[in-house]
Amino acid sequence: MTSASRDPELLRRLLRAKDRMDAASQEEWPVRRLARVSGVSEAHFARSFKEAFGLPPHRYLLTRRIERAKALLRDTTSPITDIAFQTGWKSLGSFGRTFRDVTGESPGELRAREKTAPHELERVPGCFLSAAHRPDLVIAVSEKRRQDAGVINGSKEKEVP
Amino acid sequence: MSQGVAVVGLYVRDQEEALQFYVEKLGFRVHTDARNGDYRWLTVQHPDQPSFQLGLFTPESPMLDAATAKTLREIVAKGAMPPLVLVVDDCRAAYDRLRGRGVEFTQEPVDRYGAVDAGFRDPSGNGWKMIEARS
Repeated sequence: MTSASRDPELLRRLLRAKDRMDAASQEEWPVRRLARVSGVSEAHFARSFKEAFGLPPHRYLLTRRIERAKALLRDTTSPITDIAFQTGWKSLGSFGRTFRDVTGESPGELRAREKTAPHELERVPGCFLSAAHRPDLVIAVSEKRRQDAGVINGSKEKEVP
Repeated sequence: MSQGVAVVGLYVRDQEEALQFYVEKLGFRVHTDARNGDYRWLTVQHPDQPSFQLGLFTPESPMLDAATAKTLREIVAKGAMPPLVLVVDDCRAAYDRLRGRGVEFTQEPVDRYGAVDAGFRDPSGNGWKMIEARS
């Protein structure tokens, strides 16, 4: 990390942008909006965020959307289409595809599996439990797709849902 | 009670700022504020919990070397310290009251399985969940 990006005052302001994505992951978070929350220039925001939190802001947002979708699949009976729109996707197709690429199973498969799994975590506050189910997305979804497919020339699809 | 956990410390970036936050905004009381040179032992208490003190400490020398202190200040500012939980009788009322005093909320009150929780941070970046237990 560069010394400027390790300044605690800057990190605290970057944390504010992360908190805002956490609070409303279904919303659109273009770099301009996040940079404004943190009080840094657009040019520096994405790099500073990645240096601070280990992944680019759009990918962090994706992990939060998947986490929230998983919780809704598990804890509600809402139709999968509703969950897709509620968590910020613009189409059921892109939701299903991204969800499978990240988690390895389709939304419907996760829901069916969770229904039969025993729940022994009732003493853990729900807010912490959901964070523990966040996907650990260390590589871009497009890269993950390429690796999973085992092909050399992967698609050029952007990972932002 | 004569045995048990008496003090748990938090790292904060500035003790004076933390003192104002925990006392004036959250309504805690000062338990001990003792200085020895540059060192300041500062603990606060929840008014309903006289057997427990929350320590507000800065990562600094001579307790820590400069590089370690710097790393800790970064970790605190990134919100990476462990979870803290404040239990309240009425989460929504507490949210309105604390928000009115300028507390930085990261999550509005949410109902989860009958328990209501909200989230806020102290000025340093320490994250609190404020939970109203199931009745």
